[in-house]
Amino acid sequence: MEGSHLQRQMACMRKSLFDQGFLDEQFIQLEELQDDANPNFVEEVVTLFYRDSTRLILNVDQALEKVPLDFTKLDNYMHQFKGSSSSIGAAKVKNECTQFKECCKAGNAEGCMRSFQQVKKEHAALRKKLEAYFQLARQAGTGETASRSK
Amino acid sequence: MENGFSSPRTDAFPAGLRVLVVDDDPTWLKILEKMLKKCSYEVTTCCLARDALDMLRGKKDGFDIVISDVNMPDMDGFKLLEQVGLEMDLPVIMMSVDGETSRVMKGVQHGACDYLLKPVRMKELRNIWQHVFRKKIHEVKDIESHEGGPDEFDDGHLLSAGDTNLAKKRKDLENREHDDQEFSDPSAAKKVRVVWSVDLHQKFVNAVNQIGLDSEYQPGFLFNTLICIFIHKNISYFILCPSGDIWLSYLLFTTFSCHLNNACIEPLCVILLAEVGPKKILDLMNVPWLTRENVASHLQKYRLYLSRLQKQNEPKTSFGGIKLPDFSYKDPPGSFGLQSSTTMHQNNAANTNFGYSGNKILVQDVGSQIHGGDLEGIVSFLPAAEPKKALIGDVPDPQKTSSSSLMGTTHSLESLRPDVNYASFEFTIPRQHSWSGETPVKEQLKQEHEPYLLLGDGYTNPPLPIPHHIQVHRLRSVPSIYPRTSITERDKLGPIETRPLCTEYKSNHVTSISPVGRTVDLFSVQADSHIINPQAFEAISTITSSTKSRNFDQNCVNNLESVQQNIIPGSGSALLSSHGDVQLFSLQGCGYTENIGLQNIEFSDYNDSELVTELPSHLYDGLRFNCDYLDLMEYPTVDQGLFIA
Repeated sequence: MEGSHLQRQMACMRKSLFDQGFLDEQFIQLEELQDDANPNFVEEVVTLFYRDSTRLILNVDQALEKVPLDFTKLDNYMHQFKGSSSSIGAAKVKNECTQFKECCKAGNAEGCMRSFQQVKKEHAALRKKLEAYFQLARQAGTGETASRSK
Repeated sequence: MENGFSSPRTDAFPAGLRVLVVDDDPTWLKILEKMLKKCSYEVTTCCLARDALDMLRGKKDGFDIVISDVNMPDMDGFKLLEQVGLEMDLPVIMMSVDGETSRVMKGVQHGACDYLLKPVRMKELRNIWQHVFRKKIHEVKDIESHEGGPDEFDDGHLLSAGDTNLAKKRKDLENREHDDQEFSDPSAAKKVRVVWSVDLHQKFVNAVNQIGLDSEYQPGFLFNTLICIFIHKNISYFILCPSGDIWLSYLLFTTFSCHLNNACIEPLCVILLAEVGPKKILDLMNVPWLTRENVASHLQKYRLYLSRLQKQNEPKTSFGGIKLPDFSYKDPPGSFGLQSSTTMHQNNAANTNFGYSGNKILVQDVGSQIHGGDLEGIVSFLPAAEPKKALIGDVPDPQKTSSSSLMGTTHSLESLRPDVNYASFEFTIPRQHSWSGETPVKEQLKQEHEPYLLLGDGYTNPPLPIPHHIQVHRLRSVPSIYPRTSITERDKLGPIETRPLCTEYKSNHVTSISPVGRTVDLFSVQADSHIINPQAFEAISTITSSTKSRNFDQNCVNNLESVQQNIIPGSGSALLSSHGDVQLFSLQGCGYTENIGLQNIEFSDYNDSELVTELPSHLYDGLRFNCDYLDLMEYPTVDQGLFIA
C-alpha cells in the first residue's frame, strides 16, 4: 500500500541520514519527545533551527567581510551555531563549526573563509534532506512518525 | 503559592518542580521545555537573562530551580548564576555546548550545582530535582526552613512519591542535626524563608563592614573555621572548622603556636578560621525578624561572592549573588588532597593543585610564628565551592624557633567564635623531615585518605556529617620539610598555593600575591628554618570542606604582599609581624599562579586568648580522632581550645 511503501521509504531515508552522519543521536531524542501533544515536534524544532541558524549565517557572512577579521566575534557566532546544531543532532554541521572555531583560534582567515563555506554547504544539504524527509512523513501520515518515535 | 515543597504538588515530588529555563537559543529552549514537561515539571522559558531575573524577582519562591545557558548575549551566564544564588538562593544548573574543564570549573566556582553539556539528554533532566532536594536539606540544617509548617520537610510530603529510602535518609539527617543542635537555634521549626532584598543585604553588608572595622584585623576577612595542624609525637593534628577562611586561622595559629610551643607541642600548621560571627552581624543589623541562621547562611554566600569578586579584582562590594554549590556532596575527597600534593612537589608547578581554579586554600606559613619553628604553614582551604579544598600544612622545622610573625596575629585567635565548629582529624606526619625536595607527600596524600573530618557547622549545629563536608586524608608520613633556609628555597616548599586573601573591605591589602612562587618564601620566611612538612600540607589539603569551605574561596590575601615582603627578606619573623593580616601562603612552589585568596577574614570577635592556651591540651584530646568520632564528640573540647568562643 502506499502507506507502507511510504513508510518504508521514510525509514530508508531516515536510516541513511544516520548512516551518512548527517544526524546523530540527538535527533532520536527529538523523535522520542514527539507525542500526541506535539505530533509534529521534530519538524517544528527543525524549522525553528533553520530559521535561527539562517540569521546566524547572515551574521557570520557579514562579519567575514570585515577586515581585519574579528576572530573572537566569529568564534562566538560559531559557538552559538554549534550549540544550535547540536540541538537537532546536525552532526556534520556541528563538525564544520568546530573546524571553523579552530581556524578562528589559529587566526587563520583563509581557513575561516573556507570552513565557513563548508558549514553553509552542510547546513543547506541537511536542510534539503530533512525537508524531503518531513514531506514523506506527512504523506505517510502523522501516525507513522508518532508511532515510530514511541 | 508557596515554596515548592509546601504546596499540594509536593506530594508528587519531584513532579511539579518549577523550573525556569534561560537560553538565548530558541531551538534549545523549545527542546528543553518539551523535555522538562515530559519529566512532569512545570516549565517557564526565557530567552533573556534579564527577563529571567525579573521573573525570579517578581515571583519570589516562584521557582525551584533554574537552568541556564552559559553563553548568552545580554548577560553572562555566570553572572546570572551568581545573582540568582545571592538573591534567591535557588539551585542553578548551567548548560553549554562547551565542556571544557575550565568552563565547568568556572561554573562550579560561581556556584552552579551542576553543569550539563549540550546536547542535553532527558535522563539528565530527570534528575535535576536532586539539587532542589539537596538544597532543602541544607536549609533545614541551616534552620532556614520554608514557610509551610512543620510538615515542610516531612518525609511524607517531600517523599510521598514513595521513596522511603529518601525519607529515611532525610529523617536521619534531620535527627542527626537535631541531636547536635546545641549550637543551633532550637526553634528550627519553620521559619519564614528569608528573602534577601537589596535593602536587607545592604544592612548585612554594612554590618559586616562594621565588624570588619571593629576588628583588629583587616576587615573583609570572613572566616569561620579553625584549623590547627600540628604535630605531636609524630601525629599530626588538624582541627578543621569548616566554613571558614583561612585568614583568621593564620592569626589564630600564631597565637596558638605560641602556646603550643610552650606546651612543647610543635604545631605544624595552624589554620584558624574564625567565624565572622553571624551573631554579631545579626546584632548590628538590627532586624528583628531575622535569625542568626539566616545571617549565617547568607554570610556563607556572601563570602563566596566576595572571593569571587576578589578573584576578578573587583573591588566593589556590590550585591551579587553567588550560588552556593553543593560542594559537599559532590566533591571527591581526593581532589583536595591530591591537588595539594602535586604542588607539594618541589616546584610550583601545580599551582592549581588546590583545586584548580580558584578555590584554593592557602596555606599559611605560620612558620614564622611557630615556636620552635614547628608550625610553619597554614593550610589553605579551598572553598567549599570547590569541594576540593586542600589544606596544606607546613611543618616547620622544629628547630626553628623563630618567632614567626604569626605571633603578631595572636590576638586574632581570640576572635574565634564559639560557634565555630571544627573537625579535627589526624594526620600522621613525621616531623622533622628534611625537605629534601621529596615530594612523596604528594603520592602519599593521595593514597591515604582517611576522611575523618568532623565538620562542624559553625553556624548552626555541630559538625555536619563528615562525609558531606570534609574529607580528611591521612597523611602518609612524608618527610618533607622545608628547609629552613631562605626563601629562595621556597620552591621546594611546595605546592601550597597562596591565595591572596581578598579584602573586600579593605583594599589596602594586597590582593594578589605577586610572587607566587614565593609563597614558599612566605613560609620560609616564617622562619628561616621553617620546615614545612609537605605531608602536612597534603593532609590538610585533603580536607575538603563542605559548604563551609566555601569560604576558602580564592580570596586575596590582603597582607600577602606585606607578608611577602616580610618574608622574602628572609626574616623569619617578618611574616606576620605586621599585623593581623593573615597571610596565607600557599606553599606552592613558586608560581602560584592563582591567588588563592582566602576569604577575608574578619576577626571581629575573636579575642579570646584563652583559646590558644587551651588549645594544646584540647588539641590532643579533641583533635585526635578518627573516623569514629564523626560526631564531633570532641567538639566541645576542641571548641574550647581552638575556637575562641
